[in-house]
Amino acid sequence: MGLNETVYNLIFKRTSTMTLACIASAFFFERTFDLVTESFFEKYNEGKLWKHIKDKYQQ
Amino acid sequence: MAASVGRICKTALLKSPHVPTIKQVCSLSTSTREWTRGRKAFLGTIGMLAGGTGALLFALDRSVRASDLELHPPEHVWSHTGLFSSLDHASVRRGYEVYKQVCAACHSMRFIAYRNLVGVSHTEEEAKAEAEEQMITDGPDDQGNMYKRPGKLSDYFPSPYPNEEAARAANNGAYPPDLSYIVSARHGGEDYIFALLTGYCDAPAGVVLREGQYFNPYFPGGAISMAQALYNEAMEYSDGTPATASQLAKDVSTFLKWTAEPEHDDRKKMLIKSIGIFTFLIVLTYYVKRVKFAPLKTRKIEYRPKEK
Repeated sequence: MGLNETVYNLIFKRTSTMTLACIASAFFFERTFDLVTESFFEKYNEGKLWKHIKDKYQQ
Repeated sequence: MAASVGRICKTALLKSPHVPTIKQVCSLSTSTREWTRGRKAFLGTIGMLAGGTGALLFALDRSVRASDLELHPPEHVWSHTGLFSSLDHASVRRGYEVYKQVCAACHSMRFIAYRNLVGVSHTEEEAKAEAEEQMITDGPDDQGNMYKRPGKLSDYFPSPYPNEEAARAANNGAYPPDLSYIVSARHGGEDYIFALLTGYCDAPAGVVLREGQYFNPYFPGGAISMAQALYNEAMEYSDGTPATASQLAKDVSTFLKWTAEPEHDDRKKMLIKSIGIFTFLIVLTYYVKRVKFAPLKTRKIEYRPKEK
């Protein structure tokens, strides 16, 4: 039994497991995607954002 | 509905539509026949006429624009110019100081509250302290009187004049505009604000200024009722940045850019996200299209006319 077959039998065969897989993967995908894009944005704007300068003003 | 349509069309609906013969199909195609000389010449002339008219109209429009008696602001490279560049928040913070100490004497900023500063240019404690410095009119109390109280985070920036008429009366009839959205409201945006603030000069010969007017080439018409407000060392920055006139103008322009577009940074972050997501989706769509079309594109269709 190949990998594709295993995945099909375990997840995609039934609607219930398919739905669960969609929801779970959406959750993890969005978390990682947000993390990646936001770290790129912060790296690109190093030193300009409030989170980079707020230490100067907080006690 | 269906019955009346049937009555009108009668049996035409039941008949198969007219199918063109192979010869007719061939004559419909444009690739089998060349255009005639006359037709080519005719279409060529029409094309050239249309292009020429367009170019003439464009040139006429440009010549009208060039006659404007206003100086367009030069475009500067701001720290937030660029697809992914955020605002410089240290500059926004300094710009708030400039607004508070210079601009706020005449200009209101009715749509920005002290809570908006939190997490942008000030910490919560600092924003609270900024609000408490101002006395805000509140009320009415039990007796129906308005009273003054120190500001809170939820208060909007206080206006220097109670209404437009009072502002006009105090400023020689000229109304200092509200600065909340001024960058979006003026052609040229923050470049215009910067050019206006640093562009004061002596009026050239022939320009007559009335009492209380000053000359600024960037202001439409040239005669502006606002005196030059920013000079070298006009104030002191709390972070020790040298307060030259251009530094003050640059910081206050950045601050006004933020007040006009508070969503600026989030918008640019969203651009990065949408580029990522849509790249993925376009690749996926292209792949699915190829998959779905593979059997259609690889099959052979043969047409055999009925032999008579």
